[in-house]
Amino acid sequence: MKALFNYIKEVLGGFYTLLQGLGVTGKYLFTPWNYVTQSYPENREKLQMFERFRGEVIMPHNENNEHKCTGCGLCELACPNGSIEIISKSILTEDGKKKRIIDKHIYHLGMCTLCNLCVRACPSDAIIMGQKYEHAVYNRSNLTKVLNKPGSKIMEGIKE
Amino acid sequence: MAEYREIIFNSDKIQTDDYFVNIGPQHPSTHGALRIVAKLEGEIVQSIDPVIGYIHSGIEKMCESLSYPQLIHLTDRMDYLSAHMNNEAVCLCIENALQVEVPERVKYIRTIMDELTRIASHQLWWCATGMDMGAMTTFFYGLRDREPILDIFEETCGARMTFNYNVPGGLMFDIHPNFQKRVKDFIRYFRKKLPEYDTLLSGNVIFKERTKGLGVLSKEEAIAWGVTGPSGRASGYSCDVRKLHPYSAYPYVKFEEKLATDGDTFWRYQLRIEEMWESMKIIEQLIDNIPEGDFAVKMKGVIKLPEGEFYQRVESARGEFGVFIVSDGKKNPYRLKFRSPGFSNLFVLNELVKGVKIADLVAIMATLDLVIPDIDR
Repeated sequence: MKALFNYIKEVLGGFYTLLQGLGVTGKYLFTPWNYVTQSYPENREKLQMFERFRGEVIMPHNENNEHKCTGCGLCELACPNGSIEIISKSILTEDGKKKRIIDKHIYHLGMCTLCNLCVRACPSDAIIMGQKYEHAVYNRSNLTKVLNKPGSKIMEGIKE
Repeated sequence: MAEYREIIFNSDKIQTDDYFVNIGPQHPSTHGALRIVAKLEGEIVQSIDPVIGYIHSGIEKMCESLSYPQLIHLTDRMDYLSAHMNNEAVCLCIENALQVEVPERVKYIRTIMDELTRIASHQLWWCATGMDMGAMTTFFYGLRDREPILDIFEETCGARMTFNYNVPGGLMFDIHPNFQKRVKDFIRYFRKKLPEYDTLLSGNVIFKERTKGLGVLSKEEAIAWGVTGPSGRASGYSCDVRKLHPYSAYPYVKFEEKLATDGDTFWRYQLRIEEMWESMKIIEQLIDNIPEGDFAVKMKGVIKLPEGEFYQRVESARGEFGVFIVSDGKKNPYRLKFRSPGFSNLFVLNELVKGVKIADLVAIMATLDLVIPDIDR
């Protein structure tokens, strides 16, 4: 008799635990303010990344098309997977001296692991992490970027 | 057990009632590219043979050609769910070798980050375990609560999974001004939500019936196979590195090492839920007392370790994670070996599954909490 009683108790108790679980899901079904999903491609306009978010390496330019990069190559050395290449050229300054400046700062986004070591290594804060998060392209070669804009030159007052 | 290879090549040995089923490498319940060759008799598993190496990426070898600050970012990609602990292990090893004392602030922040990572990892494990046993609901509830943690990480570290937040000598950035508020908000939120986990899955009669007494791992076996973490502690093997060899700010906090004696699937599950409560306790003790100070000590431009061998262990979300560096005095390691918890936890699976049904194999595998890049490295 006791065994039968225990058996019934177990069955009813089992049903009760199932109902408790259903209660939790039911509660959320009827409280729409608890929904957490976002409709992603539609809310693209107002989607704001955190300021430290690491999306890609960028080189900010000011309104006169000037950047801070001296072409010292420390970022190239710090990069663990060779995603930065610095090509420099030498020019003649006004007082007749030879000076090496940056020609191209090549950045391979496809190889980059976004580890932030290049930004840490940069002595003049020339490169920072951008916040772009949609990197899909149709051709792999589009992932190789030249960070300094054409015709840009170095800002005044940046120490070599 | 390489006997399935033998049988396949010598066809006269094939028996009619035994057969082999390949689970994976592309199978959702192996949580990655892991192949399990199961020898079955009817529906009963006789033995299994895990085949690993599908996503072996040679991280240990790669580390030999990288300098010490550079190689840290690779450890994110091994056990991606406990990336902070992996980073910290390498940093602690380098700091111990150079005998650098990091500021107290760094220790506190590292510990808080570790525990947040542990909670996030256990949440994702809870999602996946439920889903492996056919409860799709758990996946959404777990990921909902994981999102605030990932937001905390994103705001302070700049990434959601591969943080690279620890550097030799400290941290990459200081914590974000919102950090403490956000963490406290999360703890308050999660203390309300964690009982829901019990209602949804742990209290569920179907789940209990399926997991209790299944896949029992004895304490002796756990020690013999080197099973650490919650899987080992469920068998009564006290192996918490945070207690046994305290590092960072763990000596300053009070917490319990949760132990169970049964060692079955249900207790491996239950211990992880209890660990989340303990992690929240640790964070609450630390979050208001983060001391002022620098977030990193100034290190040399090129870090060179003295000649010798250095080992550092930390408690990752899955068990004991160790880093062994052999240095010959150059700027990159001569040899670097990782002791990953997943590797030992995977190979005990053969002992656990003898005589269970094939559907239970998935349940046992889920509670071992395998992360395949951690095993393959």
